[in-house]
Formats: sequence, structure tokens, C-alpha cells
Amino acid sequence: MDLQNQQRVKDAADKYGTDCVVILGSSDAEGAEIYAETVTAGDPTYAGPLAGVSLGLPVYHVFDPIIRAECDPAAWEEQISMMEMVLEPDALAEAVKGMREQYSKNVIE
Amino acid sequence: MASVGIKSYAYCLNHAPETGSYYGGTPHEARTSGKEQEYVDALPKHLQTYDQALHYAPNQTYIGGISYEEFESLATPWTDNPLPDEKAQRYGKFGELMPEDEFLGLISACDEFELVWLEPSFAQAVSEKLAKDPFITEAIVKRVVRPKNMHDIAEIKAEVEERDGLYLYHDGKPVGCVRSGHPTDPCLTSHVLLENLAGKASGVLALLHLLKNSGLDAKDLDFVIECSEEGAGDVGQRAGGNFAKAIAEVAGCVNASGCDVRGFCAGPVNAMINAAAQVASGARKNIAVVAGGSIPKLYMNSRDHVKKGLRALEDCVGSFAVLMLPDDGTMPVMRLDVLGKHTVGAGGAPQAVTSALTFEPLQAAGLTFADVDRFAPELQNHEITEPAGAGNVPLANIKMIAALAVMKKAVEKADMMKFIKEHGTVGFAHTQGHIPAGVPFIGPGCELINEGKIKRFMVIGKGSLFLARLTNLADGASFLIEAPTGKPASSSAVTKDDVKALILEALSEVAGKLN
Repeated sequence: MDLQNQQRVKDAADKYGTDCVVILGSSDAEGAEIYAETVTAGDPTYAGPLAGVSLGLPVYHVFDPIIRAECDPAAWEEQISMMEMVLEPDALAEAVKGMREQYSKNVIE
Repeated sequence: MASVGIKSYAYCLNHAPETGSYYGGTPHEARTSGKEQEYVDALPKHLQTYDQALHYAPNQTYIGGISYEEFESLATPWTDNPLPDEKAQRYGKFGELMPEDEFLGLISACDEFELVWLEPSFAQAVSEKLAKDPFITEAIVKRVVRPKNMHDIAEIKAEVEERDGLYLYHDGKPVGCVRSGHPTDPCLTSHVLLENLAGKASGVLALLHLLKNSGLDAKDLDFVIECSEEGAGDVGQRAGGNFAKAIAEVAGCVNASGCDVRGFCAGPVNAMINAAAQVASGARKNIAVVAGGSIPKLYMNSRDHVKKGLRALEDCVGSFAVLMLPDDGTMPVMRLDVLGKHTVGAGGAPQAVTSALTFEPLQAAGLTFADVDRFAPELQNHEITEPAGAGNVPLANIKMIAALAVMKKAVEKADMMKFIKEHGTVGFAHTQGHIPAGVPFIGPGCELINEGKIKRFMVIGKGSLFLARLTNLADGASFLIEAPTGKPASSSAVTKDDVKALILEALSEVAGKLN
């Protein structure tokens, strides 16, 4: 996750705590997992503002069924359905879930 | 239908491993930060030789040493399947792969302000080598050995150590330098000037090849539109330009003028559209769209290549040139009535972008996805991008196009993979930013059209405008190139007879309804 985005997430977490939900749109599972780790356990590359900072935020991939259920179906169809066909939605959601289950201090109920 | 003819094209590479390992963006950042010594020390062990670069299939595809069709059929990984010697030549149908020492000579020849100094024996040696290049003019060869551009190594050392110059290297030794252009102006540092002069020199090489490939006399070129990634200017105007005219000057195009078009990676596609409009309207007799390459992009992903024990492949400065003439019915044509435009309001979702650049222009022209034989989006070589976690960019793009085609009911879902295989393109371009953005396929695509193997292809470019921190928007544009129509564009304009026929048709429709 680039340094600016790390700072943005950190600022939001400072303000809202673990009520701040991070939704990822990464197209590859490896990247999604690293981003999820960054906003929960801390930046694994030790390069950015979240190095050594464990925010424990609830983190989801946009393809996670919980997030999908929250979305307006028409907007989903218009904005996301094409990528749903191209990518592997389940694998992406699972990659993020793994990190969430290990490090998130809050989840969407 | 407004259209222009694609008369000719040129694609060149300048091998630049030593320059890249010092001044490529990633290595340079690592060297100056002092935090990544392990990577800096390891990088030289991962560089490929000129001979390896010549035998690397994507490079030969770029310069036209092998056909695109042959490239598609080759075994991968290309790094483990070098081409046979007879297909690994310096010169291809579209251009050449120039060795680094000659490139340094060419950079020096493109310098008008005594900014590039070469050690005299090196300058002499490379001028003799350049003299053997049939595309390099005699005037350029002579410029390499101008006394004002030759200085002994002690003077070069002083320039680097005392006045912020940058060493130029060959065979691990300094052989010259680029000098600082101003003591305080951040737009004229030696680093900026090296990037700009390398961009200019590689653009010159592409233009020289274009002139030879097309048979056009340099004096007959009317206009140049340049679309590289560099910004040339001073502190008063950071990217004032004009690369186009500077390139035309060195190539001997005394009757040409020119201007630059920028848009990150969408620059070349927008430049093509600009040029086509000017030629089709008659504003210019002919236009060469030209782009030199980028030093900062060299070894951009090499951290990952080094980490994974791979060859660092990003060692070539890429360039291209396309010549447009009025459509006389004999050349592949670029249509101006089918242009993809990513509007401000379209949004940045991949679906919106793909729709704006493919579905919407095709629909407006009464065409469908299957009517386009090949889609040429970002053509990055996946052997460079995959180890760095950026995936297979052209494949990702054609998958998106195919998925959109399914959504629009132009392709059955069961046929999606078939569509991807038949209508996609395999990337073979260096990660030079602007260069992969669709335009490398103009040459191979026009060849396929001329051989009667395809009728139509679409070139798509997308640019990350947000990198400049002016807007969060990205940009994109696309256009179609089709087989020659057999008749000049002017004859396809609406004539009196066409109007008569339309009126008669309308009247008979009305009559039919009255009955």
C-alpha cells in the first residue's frame, strides 16, 4: 500500500477507531492480503506510516458477500459486475478474510 | 467518414543497461537514499548483455525482426527460449536495437548546448560505429566528434565532482558526462537534461527510420507531433517543449515544424488523433507522430527482478514513429469517426473506462466487439510486470473487454475465453510508460491488414493523470485502424448523387406509409 494511502487510513483510524471499515478493491489476492495486513497488523514492508502500527481495522474485499449485500444492485451492475466476471471474487474475499480473522479488532456484524 | 492513411511506422530500441542502472528511477532512488545497498550491489549481476537483448523475442517483435504472428506462437518464457541467431539481428523491418555506446554518441550528437562531453577516443570510436548505421546521417556522425563536445577524462571528472555533472558509463568506466545546464534551475539539472536529451535522441532515431521506411524525403515532412513522457523547459515554464521541432531539426526535416502532446500513457493515442485530424482536414500535408523513450522507466521493476533472481529486462529506451498521409485508398486507414473518449464524468471504475473506450465508440459506428479483429490495449511485456506483482496487463485488458462484450450480449459467456484468445494481443513492449499504450501494435497490425489477415484493429491508451496531483482522474482514448477502402477519402464524402439517392429513399418510404 502506498505511503499516502497508509497515512489516509491512519488519519481515519485516529478519528473513528475500529469503527472505520477498510474496503479493498485489489485485483490480485497476494496484493489484497498485503493491504489487509497493512491496515490490521501493520505495514509488512516497514516503509510507510503504518510500519509497526497495528490498527486492527475491520477489512473486507469489495467482493466479500457482506459488502456486496450492502451495495445498490444497479450501481453494482454498472460499476463492478464486469470485473466480477474477470477476477476471482471468492479468492480475493478469502485472502482478506484470512488477515481479518487474525488481526482485526472489530468486524461488521 | 473522415480518415487518414497510415503510410509507415518505425520502432526502435536503445539498449542502455549502464545508464539505466545508474539513472533509471528505481536504481537512482536506491543509490541516493543509501538504504538499499544490497539491491544496488546485486543489480549489475542481473543485467542482460546486448546479445541477450537481441535474442529476446519481445525486443525483436518490437523492431520487426520477427512478425507478430511468429511471436505469438513462440514458446515461453521468452527468457529461456532465445531466438536463433538469424532472427536476432540489429535491424528489423520497423527499426533497430542500438547498442549503448552508440546511443551515448547519438545523445551527444543531439546536444546543441555543449551539455554532453565525451572522452575523445570514445567519441571517435562510436562515431565510426554510427557511420556504419545506414539510418544515421553523415551530419549526425560528424556531430559526435565536434571538438566542443570532446573533453579528456580529467575535465569530465571535474565537471561531475565540482559542477553537478553526471557520469556516462561504458564497460564499467566513465566515458563522458552530462553537464548541469544552470547553477540553480531545478529544470536544467544534469539529470533532467540527460533524460530530455535521451528522449530527443531516441526520437531522432525513430524518425530517421520512419523516413527511410516510408521513402519520404526529410525535406518533405510537414509537421511532427511528439508524445513522449519528458518535460523540457526551465524554471519559468517547466515543460515548455518543444521536443518535436528539436527532433525534426536533427533529422534534417528543414520544412517541418512541430509541437508536443502529453497525457501520461494516453499521450501517444491522443497525439495520433491530433495528427489524424490535422491531416484529414488538410491543415497539414503529412504528420509524423514521434516519441522518444524514458530513462527513468529503465529498471523500474528491477527490485522485484533482483529479489526473485530474474534477469532485469527493463534495459531499453523505446521509441516509435508513425507517418500519416491523406487517405488515398491504398493505405490502412485510421478512422476519425470512431474515437473512444474517457470523459470527465465517466468515472474511474474499470467498467466505465472499458465501456467508454470500446463499447461506446463501436456502438456509435454500428459495430460490435466481434467486428474488431484485434484489440491492442496496454502492451507491456508480462515477463517484466508479473514478477513485480503488476500481472499480465494486456491479458487483464482483453479479459475486461471480453467481459463487457458478454454483458452487452455481443459474445456468449461460454465463448469468452475464445474471444480473449482470438481478439487479444500479447504484450511485447518495454515498460516505458507511454510506449506500451497500444501504439506498438500499429506496425504489426498494419502488416496483418496488408497481408489480408485482419480487417480492423483497435488501439487503446490509458493514462494515470492522478500521478501529477492535479486531478484524481485517469484518461484514455482509442481509435480504429482498418483495411484500405480502395478509394480516396474525399470520394467517400457525400456527393450530389448521394443526396439525391437519400431523398428518393425517404420519399419512397413516405409513399409506402401513405399506401
